[in-house]
This record gives sequence, structure tokens and C-alpha cells, in this order.
Amino acid sequence: MFYREAGDYKTSYPEDSQTFPIKFDRIRYYAVLAVAFGIIPFFINDYWANAVFVPFLIYAIAAIGLNILVGYCGQVSLGTGGFMAVGAYAVYKLMTAFPEVSILIHVLLAGGITAGVGVIFGLPSLRIKGFYLAVATLAAQFFLVWLFNKVPWFYNYSASGQISAPERDILGVIITGPNTTAAAKYLFCALILLALAWLARNLTRGSVGRKWMAIRDMDIAAEIIGVNPLTAKLSAFAISSFFIGVAGALFFAVYLGAAEVGESFGIQKSFLILFMVIIGGLGSIFGSLAGAAFLVLLPVFLKNVLVGMLGWPTDLAAHIELLIIGGLIIVFLIAEPHGIAQLWRLAKEKLRLWPFPH
Amino acid sequence: MPDTFFYATEVMLNGLMAGVMYSLVALGFVLIFKASGIFNYAQGVLALFAALTLVGLQDGQIPFSHVINAIFGTDLHNFGWTLPAVVAIALTAVVMVGMAILIERYILKHLVNQEPIILFMATIGLAYFLEGLGDVMWGSDIKKLDVGLPQGISETIETATYNWFGYGFFIDKLDIVAALVAAALVIALTLFSQYTKYGRALRAVADDHQAALSVGISLRFIWVLVWSIAGFVALVAGIMWGSKSGVQFSLSLIALKALPVLMLGGFTSIPGAIVGGLIIGMGEKLFEFSIGPMIGGATENWFAYVLALLFLVFRPQGLFGEKIIERV
Amino acid sequence: MNMQNPDGYTTADGRQIGGVMMEMKNITLRFGGVAAITDISFDIREGEIRAIIGPNGAGKSSMLNVISGFYVPQEGEVWFRGAKRPPMKPYQVAGMGIARTFQNIALFEGMSVLDNIMTGRLTQMKSGLLAQAMWWGRAQAEETAHREKVEKVIDFLEIQHIRKTPVGRLPYGLKKRVELARALAAEPKLLLLDEPMAGMNVEEKEDMSRFILDVNDEFGTTIALIEHDMGVVMDLSDRVVVMDYGKKIGDGTPDEVRNNQAVIDAYLGVSHDE
Repeated sequence: MFYREAGDYKTSYPEDSQTFPIKFDRIRYYAVLAVAFGIIPFFINDYWANAVFVPFLIYAIAAIGLNILVGYCGQVSLGTGGFMAVGAYAVYKLMTAFPEVSILIHVLLAGGITAGVGVIFGLPSLRIKGFYLAVATLAAQFFLVWLFNKVPWFYNYSASGQISAPERDILGVIITGPNTTAAAKYLFCALILLALAWLARNLTRGSVGRKWMAIRDMDIAAEIIGVNPLTAKLSAFAISSFFIGVAGALFFAVYLGAAEVGESFGIQKSFLILFMVIIGGLGSIFGSLAGAAFLVLLPVFLKNVLVGMLGWPTDLAAHIELLIIGGLIIVFLIAEPHGIAQLWRLAKEKLRLWPFPH
Repeated sequence: MPDTFFYATEVMLNGLMAGVMYSLVALGFVLIFKASGIFNYAQGVLALFAALTLVGLQDGQIPFSHVINAIFGTDLHNFGWTLPAVVAIALTAVVMVGMAILIERYILKHLVNQEPIILFMATIGLAYFLEGLGDVMWGSDIKKLDVGLPQGISETIETATYNWFGYGFFIDKLDIVAALVAAALVIALTLFSQYTKYGRALRAVADDHQAALSVGISLRFIWVLVWSIAGFVALVAGIMWGSKSGVQFSLSLIALKALPVLMLGGFTSIPGAIVGGLIIGMGEKLFEFSIGPMIGGATENWFAYVLALLFLVFRPQGLFGEKIIERV
Repeated sequence: MNMQNPDGYTTADGRQIGGVMMEMKNITLRFGGVAAITDISFDIREGEIRAIIGPNGAGKSSMLNVISGFYVPQEGEVWFRGAKRPPMKPYQVAGMGIARTFQNIALFEGMSVLDNIMTGRLTQMKSGLLAQAMWWGRAQAEETAHREKVEKVIDFLEIQHIRKTPVGRLPYGLKKRVELARALAAEPKLLLLDEPMAGMNVEEKEDMSRFILDVNDEFGTTIALIEHDMGVVMDLSDRVVVMDYGKKIGDGTPDEVRNNQAVIDAYLGVSHDE
């Protein structure tokens, strides 16, 4: 009834290619923003920030980044954990070397450094494709983790081999370190996610996005109609790694506070974020958010039900989580390769016709 | 000086033996890839699952006892019997065949015409699922696997080499067994594919899916067959790895090493899987021995991948793979 | 009419054909030891419709791939508008104003019809990564300007109704038309069509013929096409190259080719299709 495109005429091309062409979607989008920035910050506590919101926001940034590479450009990467580590160690080095510079700049620079590393490890994509490339990105994963583990300069020669985030603030509000409030962590990450999601949306709807998708759908044809595979693939690696680097920097500096590379940024992290992208929806910004939300909430939910309510041992709950995630990946690939985002679209399609489906 | 030389040789030999282990896992990959074009990421986890099941059956563990205990508050663990190794191995092989049937029926059948990359990601899902299943069924504690294979350093070789060179080589007996088993497995697989009806069908499918279908070979049957064989190969790999370092989660990570092995050897070549495994095994041990101490050690973590990566950039089809001609 | 005239000639239906646009000189292409094309030379003139015909496996598609830079011939030269073309990547060839369609439709299946056609404009879209990321005025203005051109092509090919449909859902005939639209969106100087009518019924073939003639007539686009339907080829084209087993066996107007003994033998000979 209320969800209609009929009568909502578009009189110019920019209007036709906007992000939310249906009025109801636009309204809902502003409503979500109002809740996210106007309500949640006032009610958030440490449990909700640490267990749900902050990891969700950070994983969402990483998932958008990986989705640009995998979902839009078709280059599968299993090196996400390693690239997040680059972001984390870059921000750590910057924070400790230039304490007077704003943490926001450090986070963005960390993204930029990760983009550079991503381009280097993206070079093989010009020669190799598909799962060959996926395996090649494992080299990035294992090498980077080893590097940050073995070269003491990266962790400032600390005795434990760990890195820990010093206290930094923006305009007097503490963003990192143990004294950070839940609301500050949440807002800082939420603002960065909002900005980056907007950038990603712009990139994917324009000519860069079309180049990526052309390479993804048929690389040979793309080259023959005029897409330079070198710039298309490397720009995808760069942008994707920028997002992942920012996510890694936030994950360490804002969320964890202290990190050990193998534990925080191991191969499991690479798979976790790949799964977010698959379950959420390949080639969809909204899907990246949905996938991140789903995989952040699932363990919290299982833990609350199995351990909290039924009193099962924690390790058993963790194993059941593996079982469920693996099963879901298969189910999604079989039933709906475009993930939650596609289910959402289908639901909207139904809603558009409701209550008169014929 | 000669001692350094002998020591290096010993490192190399041990690397070769470790390489055999990689080859065993890689072999399973190649079989499935050839017959169905699926890059089976779960091959390593299949080996872990097989080893877990084998230990569980041997020790008479009650499957899912953890879950049952958690739900009903019981304290079940064992049936109270143990099985002879041979029987347990045979039963595990049956389980692996059953697994192949289930995988075909509930996963592959539904993904027949999907792109390779989707199938690849499905096998990553399968890997997680099987890992979770293995843990839920048998528990995740590190288990000792003993099917009666010889353990420890071979004194015969040590004494013999000491007498010949004045330097006794330390070679693990289990490694020698693994090498022999791998050789036997390759010979058996070759004979199977050359001389049996099903083996020929398998090769026909590997050459040309459409043509094989048109002469009446059932693709579904072939897939069950090849996943069963891969399951059996995984069982063998699981026994070897498990006997060497215990049955634990890291087994599935070690199996990741089979991937660079394949990139070196090519995804479609059985000899390639073997040679690739030997090169990787030898290369990483030698690199760690010679360069490792200078740069902090533990280079085995990444050496195989970086080597494969460099190699791929210069020869994308692997050592033994066929050259790809692109068309439009 | 004088087809040897370097400055061009006028066709029977009054179209102006210009000088030589593209010239293939002694092209030889081998795959391993097998020669796909042996020592072939021919030219394409400004504004003409040039057909390449021949039995299956004659090397026609390989020739098109040489023109679009996908295959690099072992011997021979490609001349374009009076200059020898240096070795080039396919995307650079596209940048010179050469667009094409493919024998087996090569559309981007995951994208909408509109996005597919917009990819035809990629060689001419210049706004940088940063401008696009911010969706600044310039990036948006560029997008709109190119969208207008694409809409003209959409109108021209009468596919307005499927603009937002994902390409994967379209029937075969429409896919062929969308592929033509993508090539046209590039506003090419030379348009290469690889079997534009393969697998179409009579009605669809008539539509496609009409589009090809209109493109040539309205935009003055030079067209080189491969086609199996002899009737269509003879009706559409100004000149025809005939290939067999990688060699050129005939070249001339449809009438000349029709009466060429070598061509008749190739088509009536044993073990060839059609």
C-alpha cells in the first residue's frame, strides 16, 4: 500500500540513479540514521558496545572492503586477516611515533598504508585467477602475520610481543585506551562506517564500479570493450585494502585495546569476513552490513542460549557455532548465492505488490 | 664442514618425508578437481574428520556423547570396548563413503552448474561444518592415534649411515612408512584408473563432461565415487599425520599446505601433486635451516605460500598443468 | 563504380564510401604449430559494410580477434587510418574507437541492461577515483552526460522496456541486441560484429539487418561482420572477404564473390557445413 514506486516519477537521470529510488526506503534510511546517532549513543553500555555494536561496526567496514574485492571485482581474497593486521600495526606505529597528530588521521593513514600493501599483493591477480588467486592471497595472510610477529620494530620491542593502544582523544573526547566510554567508541566507529559506506556506494554505482563488475562477470570481454584490467583490479585491491586497513586499525585501537597478531588477525579472521560477505550478499553494500550483523549476533545468541540458558559447556557451544556457520554458508550458496541482501530484495518485491499481488 | 653438509642433507631428507605428507593431502585435491572441477578446500578437514572418527571407533567412544551429556546431564563417554585397528580403519572407510554420498546428495547435486568459485566457497563452508561436526561428535581434545605403525628413529638407518659416512642420519620410521604408503597409493590409483571400468569412466569424465554424459556415464555416481576415493585418501593422510603429531585441529591447517603444493604441481596432475609436495617439504626445511635463523625463524609458516605465489606469477599453470589458451 | 579508387566510391544506393580505414597486411596467426590464419591481406574502407565469410573453422573469428587486439599475429601488420598500429592491448584498441560484439554473447550477466550498455562508454569516462568516491558535481555531471548518450542508443535499438532488467533474465535475441547496444554506445569508428544473427529466427534477423543498415546509414559507422546466412551477407555488405582453412580465397563485391569458382568449391565441397 505505502510501499510504491508508481506515482513516484523520476524526471532526471541523477534522480533515477540515486541510492534509494523509492520514497519509503529513503524515509526508512533516515529513520535508521536517527536511531543510530540520536538514540543508541545515549543508552549504550559497555556490554552492548563490546559484545555487539562496536564489533559489528568494525566488521561491517571490513566486510564492505572485502565485498568490493570479491563481490564487485570478482577477486577472491583469503588475506583479510593479514591486511587488518597491517592496519592495526600501522596505526600503532603512527600513534606512538606522532602522539600529537589526531587519531582520525592516523586511522585514515593506516588505511592508506594497507592500500599500498594490498596493491603489492594484488599484483599476482594480473596473471592468475579464481581460486589460484585465493590461494595466492594466503601467502599475504601467513607472511604478514609472521612479519608482525618476528620483527620487533613493529611492536616497539615490547617484552610481550603485544601492541597496546595509548590513550588518544578527538576534541577532548577519549577514543582509545582503557578510559574510553562505550558511547565514544560506538560513535567514532559508526561515523567512520557511515562515511566509508557512502564512499563505497558512490564508487560502485559509477564507472569504477562498472569496470569492477565487468572484470568480475567476464574479464576477457571487459578488456576487449576497453577496461584496463591492471587499473581495474589494482584499484579494487587498493580500495578494498583501505577499508580493511581502517577496520584493522579500529579493531585494535578502539575495540581490543591490545592485540597479538596471530590471535587477533589469523586466518580465521579472513574466513570470518569472507563468510560475512557470502551470507550477507556478494556485490551488495547493504549485504555487507547484514552479514556482519548476522555473524556478530550468532555467537552472542548461541552463547546466551546454550551456555547461559541451557548450561552447556562453552567449547561445545563454539563447536556448534562452527557447525551452524558452515551449514549456513552451504545453504546460502545453494539457495541464495546473493545472500541476505537478495532475500531482503525479494521481500521488498512482495511488499511492493501487497496487498494486490496480481 | 662435512658435518654441516651431512646435517643439511639430513634436513633435506626430513623435508622430503614431510613433503610426502603434504602430497598425501594434495592427492585427494587432485582427484576431486580432475573429476569434477571442484577445488575441495575441505580435503584437509576430511583428513581430520577421518582421523577423529578412527580414534573414536578404536577407543569405543560414544559419538555425540558431549551433546548427550549436556542435554540429559548424563556422564557417557565410552561403550567400554576397543576395536582392532584393522576393523576400525575399515569402518572409518565406510563412514567416509557414507560422507561422500551425503555430500553429493545434499551439496554437489544442488550446485552442478555453478561457477567454480561458488563451489570453492561451498567447500570452505563444508570444511567448517565438518570441523564442527567432528568436534561435536568426538570432542576437541588432542587424541593419540596408534594403529600399530612403527614409531621413532630408525636405528638401522642411523647405524648404517654412521658406518658409511661417519654421520648417523636421523630418519623417522613413520616417515618411511608414509613414503611407502604414498607410493603404493599412487600405484593403486594409477592401476585403478587404467584397468578398471570405473577408473576409465573417471578418466572419461575428467576429459570431457558432456561426452561422458552422452555415452551414459552417470555424473552423480562418478562424483560419489571420486569423493569416496578422496575420503579414503584423506583417511590414509589422517592416519599418517595423526600417528605423527596426534589428532588435533592444527591438522586441518597443516593440510592447507597442500594448496601451495598444488599450485606448484598443477591441479590436474597426480605426479605433480607428489613432486610439488616433495619440493615444498624440502624447500621449507632447507630455507628454515639456512635463512631462517637470520630472520627470526618459523619461516615454514609462509615459505610454501610465497614460493607458490612467485611460481604462479611466472608459470600460472603449475609444473605439470596444461597451458590454458583463452578464447572469446 | 570504381572500387580501386583510393578516395572511395559511391554505392548503387547512393552511400559515400571513403578511403581505406583499416588494412590487414599479410597476417599469419599460429597456435602452437597450427596455423589459424595464413598470409591474409585485405582492407576495410571508411563507411562500408565489409563481410568476412567462410565455412566453420576458416579462421574468421580469429581474424576479428586480431583486429581487436586479442590475438597477436606472428607475422603481418595492421594499419589504421594511414599509420601502422604498434603492438597493443585489447583495451587500447577499444580506446582507438573499435568496438565489437561476440559470437557467443559476452554480456556481463550480473549487471542490468543499462549498466551493461553504460560499460560501452567506459573508454570515454574520465573522472577520477576520488571525484567518484565523493560523487562530486563533475562525476555526477559526467555520469548524466553519458547516460543521455546511452539512452539514445536504447531508443535507437528499441529496448527501453528492459532498461533495468538483469541481463541474465533476457531471452537470446534480446541479449544479442543489448550486446549491439553496448558496442554502439562506444560510438565506434569501426564496429566488428561476430555472427550478429546466429541462432535468430527470420523476424529477428530482419530486425537485426535493419539495425545494422541504420547504424551504417545514420552514424556513418564502418562495419565489419562475420555471418553465416548467405542471403543476409549478400544483401547487407558492400564487399566480402572469403576465407577457407585460414587462407583468403576470394575478395570483392557480393556478385563477384558469388561467381568465384574457388568460393563455390569451398561451399559445395565435402566436409563443410552450411
